[in-house]
Amino acid sequence: MSFIETQPLLAALIALLGLGVTFGAILGFASIRFRTEGNPLADQINQILPQTQCGQCGYPGCKPYATAIADGDAINKCPPGGQETIDALADLLDVESMTLDAEHGEEKAPKVAYIREEDCIGCTKCIQACPVDAILGAAKLMHTVIADECTGCDLCLDPCPVDCIDMIERKTGIQHWRWELPSDNLIASDRAAA
Amino acid sequence: MRATHSIHGGIHPVEAKALSAPGTVLDAGIPDKLVLPLSQHIGRQPEVIVEVGETVKGGQVLALGDGPMSVPLHAPTSGTITAIDDRAVPHPSGLTNRCIELSCDGNDDWVALEGLANWREIDRTALISAISLSGVAGMGGAGFPTAVKLNSPATQPIRTLIINGTECEPYISADDTLMQIDAPAIVEGAEILAHIVNAEEILFAVEDNKPIALAAMQEAVDASESNCRREVMSFPTKYPSGGEKQLIEILTGLQVPSGGLPAHLGIVCQNPGTAVAVREAILMGKPLTERIVTLTGRALNKPGNYRVRLGTPISHLLAVTAFDPKDNQRLIHGGPMMGFALESSDVPIIKTTNCVLVPTEQELPTPPPAQACIRCGLCAEACPASLLPQQLYWYARAKDQEQLEKHHLFDCIECGACSWVCPSHIPLVQYYRAAKGSIVDTRAEKTRSDRSRDRFEARQERVERELAAREAQRAARRAAAQKKAEQGADDDPIAAAIARAKAKKQTAEDPLGAPAGNDES
Repeated sequence: MSFIETQPLLAALIALLGLGVTFGAILGFASIRFRTEGNPLADQINQILPQTQCGQCGYPGCKPYATAIADGDAINKCPPGGQETIDALADLLDVESMTLDAEHGEEKAPKVAYIREEDCIGCTKCIQACPVDAILGAAKLMHTVIADECTGCDLCLDPCPVDCIDMIERKTGIQHWRWELPSDNLIASDRAAA
Repeated sequence: MRATHSIHGGIHPVEAKALSAPGTVLDAGIPDKLVLPLSQHIGRQPEVIVEVGETVKGGQVLALGDGPMSVPLHAPTSGTITAIDDRAVPHPSGLTNRCIELSCDGNDDWVALEGLANWREIDRTALISAISLSGVAGMGGAGFPTAVKLNSPATQPIRTLIINGTECEPYISADDTLMQIDAPAIVEGAEILAHIVNAEEILFAVEDNKPIALAAMQEAVDASESNCRREVMSFPTKYPSGGEKQLIEILTGLQVPSGGLPAHLGIVCQNPGTAVAVREAILMGKPLTERIVTLTGRALNKPGNYRVRLGTPISHLLAVTAFDPKDNQRLIHGGPMMGFALESSDVPIIKTTNCVLVPTEQELPTPPPAQACIRCGLCAEACPASLLPQQLYWYARAKDQEQLEKHHLFDCIECGACSWVCPSHIPLVQYYRAAKGSIVDTRAEKTRSDRSRDRFEARQERVERELAAREAQRAARRAAAQKKAEQGADDDPIAAAIARAKAKKQTAEDPLGAPAGNDES
């Protein structure tokens, strides 16, 4: 008579315990060996955020906000991204989409900073404020914005002691014009009213 | 003759080409003022090199090309530059763009032109730069700088040159006319193009609804000598056989891969008008300053093909063609299938204007309101690119960019065949254009935000590094001070400084001391 037949209960317990220990060891090893660096969800969220680095969400940049969202913060605090970003985030996180939180600002057309060069006194304050190093210049020398790199975050406006920075609209002119989607279907009887 | 192939889909709209009487070219004359938009091609806007008030001669350069994807602009006649400002240009947006206004003096004086008669002995790069400097851009409608198209890399040898005289869009007969009256020039231009790209064969493609042009081309080919194998090919009329990719399939049976270029198959296509412009640029050094434009539609009393100087305002042409305002509903730049409505008749003719259509309401009725899609599938049958227009329509409405790209939205040539067959009159092409635009914008935004992220992270790293370095310096200073303090109180710098100050004060109080006033004040 074998052990299994004489002590079926004990045999089952031993077998289950053995399986538990084995799988636990495998999982434990895997969690150390295949550990993911950083926070993959925050990275995915960061991919969706517009990278304006404007801080309107209350965090010092897009990445900190992405981490905060991953930890459960609201997804509607990003005015530069607008509704599109909120929808994309809702899609990614599988939560209900919401409208932009007006407390953090409103959705505006993309802007680019422009320094009125005759007024600039060369104080370098805007250079230190720019989150993406898009302002060029040196102390007591005129500064200028690298328009292609400017995210339009507004952060350079406040530090400027002589108010020589304007925010101008980025996408104007014929090159940026796009066809619009036709308006929704109208049936003949609606047309008279339209 | 080689057998031709057929393409999927296509439609047979009313041609109405006889209306503009192909085969005769009328002169549109010199208007009082020419309005020359700087951007008449795809690519970068050229840089203006003339000033307001300057007198210029015909053929003089007004704006210089800015980089390879740009072509210069020349004065089409002599006169004075009277303005450089933003004007309405032929564009579906109706927006303004930078233009040069030239008030013509009517003398039509030209600068001395110099050609390259011995082009066969000249290096291809020199010929390509001569074409670029003459401002030649594709005259079939897209306006791609010709020099760029000819400058294929050595890794992609061109075997076949196709002269695309298909002109499949209804109403338009500008290329038909050019082939009828100037076939030898087209053949010679093609010869120069073939020499530049080092092609082995030249195919002249003509739809079978243009028998006179076909015969003229055949005659011109037979009458001239060439190093290439040449063939005039005719094939059944169907819209849109003249699309570059469609024509290549008809002539060779090969399909240009999705997202690929004809050059990947060793093929380059050129318009007959472009071939003539290239010939004039090389043989005579004459820049592109005029073209044949079909002015047609039943609201015009004298429709026809006119030789028009670039920059001629359409209002001038309406006067020349005896336009009847009471019949007119719309002014269309291009043909009825792919053209767009203009908001003003002040816009000028540009390098890509092959037709101005002024139809009566009866002739080309305003499309009725769109109704719901009934999923009949006629659009899929008509699509010459073998796409699924209905699926694309749903995805465009849902703004599902991923699915749109999966369904090859960017292979759509915007020919309008799907909209034309749609029993619900859905403006399908407009959906695709809008979707393409928003995908292009999204891609650009993505690149921008990726760059911003990299720059932000790089900056963060640098700021942290600088902070750490400063902290390290401070720590080092502190350590040094501490060390000194430990070495002995004698060396205490503060005590030494106090002692020095005391000594100095004493000297200053002493009137017999050193002449303190001098260095202290």
